[in-house]
Amino acid sequence: MLTLCVETPTPLHRVPAGFKLGFMLVSAWLIYALDSVWLVLAAFFVVLTAVNFLGPVIRREMVRAIKPLWIMFVIFGGWIAITVSPLPALILVLRLVTLLMIANLVTLTTPLDQMIDVLMTVLRPFEKLGLKTAPIALAIALVIRFVPVLGERTTTLLQAWKARSTKRPFWRIVAPLTISAMDDAEHVSEALRARGGLAGK
Amino acid sequence: MTREKNIAFIALFAALIAALGLIPAINMPWGVPVTAQSLGVMLAGAVLGAKRGFLSVLLFVGLVALGLPLLAGGRGGLGVFASPTAGFVIGFPIAAFFTGLVMEKLSDMDVRLSAGIGAFAGGVVALYICGIFGFWAIMNFSMGNERSIADATFVMSVYIPGDLIKVIATALVTHAIYRARPHYVLTRA
Repeated sequence: MLTLCVETPTPLHRVPAGFKLGFMLVSAWLIYALDSVWLVLAAFFVVLTAVNFLGPVIRREMVRAIKPLWIMFVIFGGWIAITVSPLPALILVLRLVTLLMIANLVTLTTPLDQMIDVLMTVLRPFEKLGLKTAPIALAIALVIRFVPVLGERTTTLLQAWKARSTKRPFWRIVAPLTISAMDDAEHVSEALRARGGLAGK
Repeated sequence: MTREKNIAFIALFAALIAALGLIPAINMPWGVPVTAQSLGVMLAGAVLGAKRGFLSVLLFVGLVALGLPLLAGGRGGLGVFASPTAGFVIGFPIAAFFTGLVMEKLSDMDVRLSAGIGAFAGGVVALYICGIFGFWAIMNFSMGNERSIADATFVMSVYIPGDLIKVIATALVTHAIYRARPHYVLTRA
């Protein structure tokens, strides 16, 4: 699976992407404007309840997204609790986690094509200033196509390294991987030109 | 260079940076993981040059924002930009830009040396300015009391030794590419 959007539909999936993104920006501003610990705590529980209400798949993915950051919150929170006082540390962590949950909710419930549509809508006014959106769309499509290809090649190179060496691979497989990716890029550009390329776009 | 080749190089390097996230991180003795991913950012600048490197890494960061799990450990989505290390991710394209710019300016120097100096200027100096500023901003917005830049720098300094390893790796990898395919190192073409 190459995108983070969950396939099990939730009510949030039906909300237009632009609306969700706008809501996210407003709520980010609001959460930083709240200065009482009770209001921040209330915002945190409202979002937490929303996550729970959206079902087990969303809950599981939310835990998966936030879990790797726990250590960071403990270190930063602990550091502020010791050097300043525990209350600001609690407010800091609550604000960050609340905002993180809202941002992840948008990502988990908005399919990639809708996100790309929003991006293209945002970029449209810049077309008048000379920005070309067709190459951007092509570049996005190429990345989505080649991430699995290069991912598989990385796995192959890692396995080949393991078969030869007891040391850990790091920079030594980066050079062959980069060269192979650039070889691919040459082939792709020739194939694009052979099919008419970007002429006039 | 044709427009098609330009776009293919930019896009494939963005995909490469994602693939580098799959290489297992090496851990520093004090527990900070060093991933090959920001090595890819420095490499984009050193190999593609300032402008293409910047666009390539911007494409990578943009796709992370749109919801692709391209960061090391399968992270991605808008949540990345709400976390305390957001400044580093936002700083990635700027890091690639300065790496490429320095590398282009030092075109008479040995490839290894100029790539190393470029990677240090972009991937350490420029990146840490963005990262530390982002961290400091989040701290101040979140707590409402003044924390100094020095405090933020202190917390971030645990990552610096790992990034110095990547500066050396960028120099060696750029040199390896230059030997195998001289015309791929666009900062020297």
